Amino acid sequence: MNGTPKPQENNKARPDPLLHKRRYRRLLVGAGFSIALVSVIPLVIMTLINYHQYKEAFHTEMIRPIARYTSNAKQALESALSERLSALSLMVREKSVEDLTRQQKLKRLLINMKQAFGGFIDLGLIDAEGQMVSYVGPYRLKGKDYKGHTWFNAVNLRGAYISDVFMGYRNFPHFVMAVKQDSDSSEVSILRATIDTEMLDRNILGLKPQKASDAFIVNQQGILQTPSRFYGSVLQHCPLPMPQYSPNAEVLEIPDEKGEPLVMGYAYIEHSPFVLIELSRPGAMQESWLSLRRELLVFLGISIFIVLGVVFWGTRYMVNSIREVDIKRATVFHKMEYTNKLAAIGRLGAGVAHEINNPLAIISEKAGLLKDLASMPDKPLSREKIVELIDSVLNSVSRCSAITRRLLGFAKQIDVRHEKINLELLCKDVLAFLEKEAGYRDIKIDFDIPGDLPTIESDRGQLQQVFLNIINNAFAAVEDGGRIVISMEEVDADHLAVNITDNGMGIPEENLEQIFEPFFTTKKGFGTGLGLSITYGIVEKLGGQIKAMSKLGEGTCFTIVLPVSQSSV
Amino acid sequence: MATLRVLVVDDEEEFVNALVERLNIRGVDAQGVTTGEEALDRIEQCSFDVVLLDVKMPKLGGVEVLMQIKARLPELPVVLLTGHGSARNVEMGELLGAFDCLMKPIDIEDLLRVLRQAATEN
Repeated sequence: MNGTPKPQENNKARPDPLLHKRRYRRLLVGAGFSIALVSVIPLVIMTLINYHQYKEAFHTEMIRPIARYTSNAKQALESALSERLSALSLMVREKSVEDLTRQQKLKRLLINMKQAFGGFIDLGLIDAEGQMVSYVGPYRLKGKDYKGHTWFNAVNLRGAYISDVFMGYRNFPHFVMAVKQDSDSSEVSILRATIDTEMLDRNILGLKPQKASDAFIVNQQGILQTPSRFYGSVLQHCPLPMPQYSPNAEVLEIPDEKGEPLVMGYAYIEHSPFVLIELSRPGAMQESWLSLRRELLVFLGISIFIVLGVVFWGTRYMVNSIREVDIKRATVFHKMEYTNKLAAIGRLGAGVAHEINNPLAIISEKAGLLKDLASMPDKPLSREKIVELIDSVLNSVSRCSAITRRLLGFAKQIDVRHEKINLELLCKDVLAFLEKEAGYRDIKIDFDIPGDLPTIESDRGQLQQVFLNIINNAFAAVEDGGRIVISMEEVDADHLAVNITDNGMGIPEENLEQIFEPFFTTKKGFGTGLGLSITYGIVEKLGGQIKAMSKLGEGTCFTIVLPVSQSSV
Repeated sequence: MATLRVLVVDDEEEFVNALVERLNIRGVDAQGVTTGEEALDRIEQCSFDVVLLDVKMPKLGGVEVLMQIKARLPELPVVLLTGHGSARNVEMGELLGAFDCLMKPIDIEDLLRVLRQAATEN
């Protein structure tokens, strides 16, 4: 025979399931998906972490200056207001009513206050009845009655008072500070000063708020106390909602009246009606953040694309390599199977040659005798004799034909094909190769096979090879006059078992574990040691199992369990 | 020339019968048996010049029959017949004193020549 048949990849007869493209597609999808997941998930997680960290950083960078400014401005304003209130308190405590009533003295005090603190516009002394008893300043307020005014009641109650900003007689904004003199006498004096709002502006703008931002003061009703870049001039209404009271400077992110994002730093100025507000539009800072965010997302997208590309091509290459290796392995196994089959045929060769040569010898002698008799004119050749001789020749031809047909039937089963097989008949078919040897060596072969044993679906050629290998081994193991028993049984609804038992020399226990290993042999110099390992491989491929039990000096039993149907494999 | 007396021993009866008849036609006094046991009995009963012995026979094989013939009648030449030319059996036969080994199917004239040679050299 020339060449070796190739293994069946997608053979129409029966494709080798291990080499089917679907299996490798599943492997590709499974491996690719797992690797992609394991690669992409950490990348996404890291990107998300970076995203949040950057966002936090940008946020902090946006908030911190505002918080710093608002806090500093709160302190400065509170300090400025407190200084002036304290100065007024000191004056009303240290100076007598008489001094404060004198115009010149009061004027002196005003000048000193202006020089020391700045922002004072006027000073006035109000008695317990609410009458302005003395006044220095640009207005004509002496004699004015403040009884019933909110500020008068408030200062009487609290001892000190700072008013909202209001427009004065000269139509420019200012506010009032008033302190009450605390004394044991029944005389109450309230020292009232008008302060220019320029003092408030100085404290806000002096601390340099951020560019593109706005800093102003409102009262608790939202009326501007200082001009606002965004919302107009003094005493106009600021449309933003008033933030909740907090003793500290706070920062909020709120939408403005148009729904645009706005960052508001605010601080309630203690002991005053004022609320300091700094507003900043995220603007340029947000642009930077958006640009970074875009870059992060693009980076993530490109990275995922590259990772998926590498995973796809990488796993495809890997799976293709695996498939090639599997095909090579299957090819090698197939070659080994084929070689083993040829070796088995070779082993049969001697016996088969003998079996063919015997009938050929008969044909030779019978034909020769016919010729001899036909060549002897003195010996008449009867028709019966001729027929007898020719019949003998024809019988011998049939014998030869049966042997060659059997051998060809064994040798040609290279294609894997599943069909319904009667195991008993198949076994006896294989034994036909060896029945002459059994006869010559007086080896008894017994069968223990139930009559109702079901057929199995399997490959005839491979099963013949398996049984031939095992039975050949049994023949080699037994002595002349020995015994081989072939029994079969149903293991369960899906499996049959075939037991081939001989009473030969047995296999030592230490060898029993290795007999199915490739190249293991005890026949020194004879055999490749592949017979049983190939048998093992074939049985596995057919979805079955093979095992051996043996006792030295008593014999060996090989048990082959086969599935009834290939669909259960 | 004295008539050659040949005992043909082979388990294939049809072969034995045909060969014996052909040898008889050629002036050989040929007898045939189909088992080793019969062969040993026959050589006790009759006198032969040559035994033509098949190697592969059931029960008592050709090599064992050869050994027994050589034990009883060491002078009696034995020509072995084989169907597969197993080298091992042929070597064993030569070691045990077989005159020659021929492979089936045999040419009758070649066979006669070998048989006569065996009988003569003996």
